[in-house]
Amino acid sequence: MNLLFSISSVIAIVSTLMVITRKHPVHALLYLIVSFLAIAVVIYQLGAPFIAILELIIYAGAIMVLFIFTMMLLNLGKETIDQERKWLQPQTWTGPVLLSLILLVELIYLLSKSSSQEHAITGMDTKIVAQTLFGPYLILVELAALLLTAGIVGAAHIGQHKRRVSHRFLEEYNE
Amino acid sequence: MNTDISISQVLILAAILFSLGLIGVAIRRNVLFMLISVEIMLNAAGLAFIAAGAKWNQPDGQIMFLFILTMAAAEVSIGLALIMQIYHQHQSLDIDKVNEMKG
Repeated sequence: MNLLFSISSVIAIVSTLMVITRKHPVHALLYLIVSFLAIAVVIYQLGAPFIAILELIIYAGAIMVLFIFTMMLLNLGKETIDQERKWLQPQTWTGPVLLSLILLVELIYLLSKSSSQEHAITGMDTKIVAQTLFGPYLILVELAALLLTAGIVGAAHIGQHKRRVSHRFLEEYNE
Repeated sequence: MNTDISISQVLILAAILFSLGLIGVAIRRNVLFMLISVEIMLNAAGLAFIAAGAKWNQPDGQIMFLFILTMAAAEVSIGLALIMQIYHQHQSLDIDKVNEMKG
């Protein structure tokens, strides 16, 4: 059992637990960044340093910046925290938590029973990953580009402010 | 780099993170926290892909993580735009107030 892996996985689990229980959104985001850092350490130990760097740059960098910008625009304040405290009562969360924990115990039992042999992990060269990505997976790269373009267009279309009145004739009748 | 991590440990870690994300989606009523929990679940799925790719010594796991990353970026931009629109129309982030579609 690797000590570094144990420490980083415990940090990941604890910080993710803090994410889903915090009242304030910014505190949750800070714990989420800690969780991503710990998962990046785990990925690095699995022999994928390029993916670990991408996890840091894109998840902990770009996506978190998007979340923080949205929080700044929404201007969530003190009343949001009181609302969260009112929403997060024990009778609302005990049922889903119990059922999810039963599923988790089943999953852990299956995973620990199936493969128990120690397997030496050798690092995968980034060059091989790149050659496979732009070789057999080239059509998926183009589809990912299409998906990102659709995401940009969709976000720009959804995010624009619309008028309250739905039809111009109704507006005339109202006035 | 040779480490002695067994694959089942990494998969158990991914399962725990996925369950925490699932619990977060189930127990929160704020749309923003639900989106954060979806991010946790996607990240756990990516970690499972990395572990599987490391076990079979194939580059496909890392490639799938790249596509999960792309999908998460597109999903988060659309989701946050929807959250902004919901907040401007309802002045609240409560998911129970957004039941106009009556599905």
